[in-house]
Amino acid sequence: MTANEKKQLMAMACKVRMGIIESIHAAKAGHPGGSLSAADLFAYLYCKELKVDPANPKWEDRDRFVLSKGHTTPGLYAALALRGFFPVEDLKTLRQIGSHLQGHPNMNMTPGVDMSTGSLGQGVSAACGMALTGKIRNKDYRVYTLLGDGEIEEGQVWEAMMFAHHYKLDNLCVIIDNNGLQLDGKLDDIMCPYPIPEKLRAFGFEVAEIDGSDFDQMEEAFAKARATKGVPFAIVMKTVKGKGVGYMENQVGWHGKAPNDAEYEQAMAELKAQLAEVEAM
Amino acid sequence: MADVKKIATRESYGNALKELAAQHEDLIVFDADLAGATKTGIFKKAYPDRHFNCGIAEGNMMAVAAGAAAAGMVPFASTFAMFAAGRAFEQVRNSIGYPHLNVKIGATHGGISVGEDGASHQCCEDFALMRSIPGMVVMSPSDDVEARAMVKAAYEHVGPVYMRFGRSAVPVFHEEEGYTFQIGKGEVLQDGADVAIIANGLLVAEAVEAGKALKELGISARVINMATIKPLDEELVIKAAKECGKIITCEEHNVIGGLGEAVCGVLSEKCPTLVRRIGVNDEFGHSGPAAALLKQFGLSADHIVEVAKELCGK
Repeated sequence: MTANEKKQLMAMACKVRMGIIESIHAAKAGHPGGSLSAADLFAYLYCKELKVDPANPKWEDRDRFVLSKGHTTPGLYAALALRGFFPVEDLKTLRQIGSHLQGHPNMNMTPGVDMSTGSLGQGVSAACGMALTGKIRNKDYRVYTLLGDGEIEEGQVWEAMMFAHHYKLDNLCVIIDNNGLQLDGKLDDIMCPYPIPEKLRAFGFEVAEIDGSDFDQMEEAFAKARATKGVPFAIVMKTVKGKGVGYMENQVGWHGKAPNDAEYEQAMAELKAQLAEVEAM
Repeated sequence: MADVKKIATRESYGNALKELAAQHEDLIVFDADLAGATKTGIFKKAYPDRHFNCGIAEGNMMAVAAGAAAAGMVPFASTFAMFAAGRAFEQVRNSIGYPHLNVKIGATHGGISVGEDGASHQCCEDFALMRSIPGMVVMSPSDDVEARAMVKAAYEHVGPVYMRFGRSAVPVFHEEEGYTFQIGKGEVLQDGADVAIIANGLLVAEAVEAGKALKELGISARVINMATIKPLDEELVIKAAKECGKIITCEEHNVIGGLGEAVCGVLSEKCPTLVRRIGVNDEFGHSGPAAALLKQFGLSADHIVEVAKELCGK
């Protein structure tokens, strides 16, 4: 990756984070923590990895992305808007009556959303169905799905993992956002799903373990995913919940709460400073 | 009816899938380790590359089917009614119903005629559960001819469909030739003016028998086969209510939430009419031979006749 590419990705990630804060603040509700922890991934997917066309969101041969952890859709919406699927101004209508930006993703309302999700554990199964279809129809599109680390406590996730391996879905890339926190507290305290990579390997996955804020590692992992044949691929990324907004980082209280006006100003000031720093690089 | 051919509608389902698949490459089938029982095994034998066993994981199966539909396939997802509508309810609701995806759910072993397996497998709640999902078509055929036509109609329909098929063999009373099936349209099998009997599933054959018996008793019963529970043929229900004045509904389902309540819902708002609901009276079933259970639970021609007589004051 060139320095310029990396700079662009970093700038995109800053803008995704600003979109998250803008939209959740305007909605007075939403899930900033897990949206921010995956912001770098959203930026990478929509800038670099996914073969998609904003002018033709239903393009049959596009890569699919299923946000299995649907509550972090402010991050997805921001990335879609920045990629040109709909106006960035729409982000401020999040969760409002009449808005196409529902509290959880709706494939029939928002351009670029490939699957309606929100009930945890189901998106990954739907991604399997899309990948299976790609195999049946000899399509070369790929399917990506992002799960929360708490989400994998759902039994259905492991039913889907079995399915992916059984049907050799090497066109499927499962990404797990391991920020270590779920609504009620630390994963370790609530219901420990660790060790995640070992579990995935036991289910037949090829696994990459990366730092979810490192674009070089992301690039390497996705290249490996594309090159892997015969088995599905998983990326377990270590992340920081709330990343980019100091007072939200690693704070479980920011799982599903909107910032008030003062908190909003503080968050936006931080993110603007980060963006200025990136742009000065 | 000794010489009448009898076929279980689950068998019809498997056969119809196989017939349809020849013309439609986008048709695929999912099952959850019950292909031998749901009869999707018939399809599998002919099209092994288009049949995907999901193992004993019904929730995953429904959402996988949703993903396949989102990518352009027309999946038929099959398991027992108990697990399709019951266990996987929330997957059906959120991954199929909410995005209105083109998934067809073929649920077999509905009702207490499952027999010996007992209450854990006798689903009498599926109509209620599936009816409550916006945009879901809910149907239950009465015989082989109707069942096969229904599967084809479900394929043609764009959007989610729930079909309930039975385990036990039931008499084939429709004539194949010239037969057409339309989603949302009831069928008058016998005309009458004293009472209307509206039934679905294996209760239709019982209703027809009851209709004949009532005629001999001097009661003119209109017998209606209401294979589509949702969207309900309201026009036919209201017409029956106006012309007969009294209604009996018959279904192999809890009297709560099924065809009976769907009929009551329409009539209470648009044409208040006395209705008697024949069904499972808010209790669980138990093990036993299907025929004996149906009799015990009052899901029989004899019981329909009794209720009709009482309703008509005879």
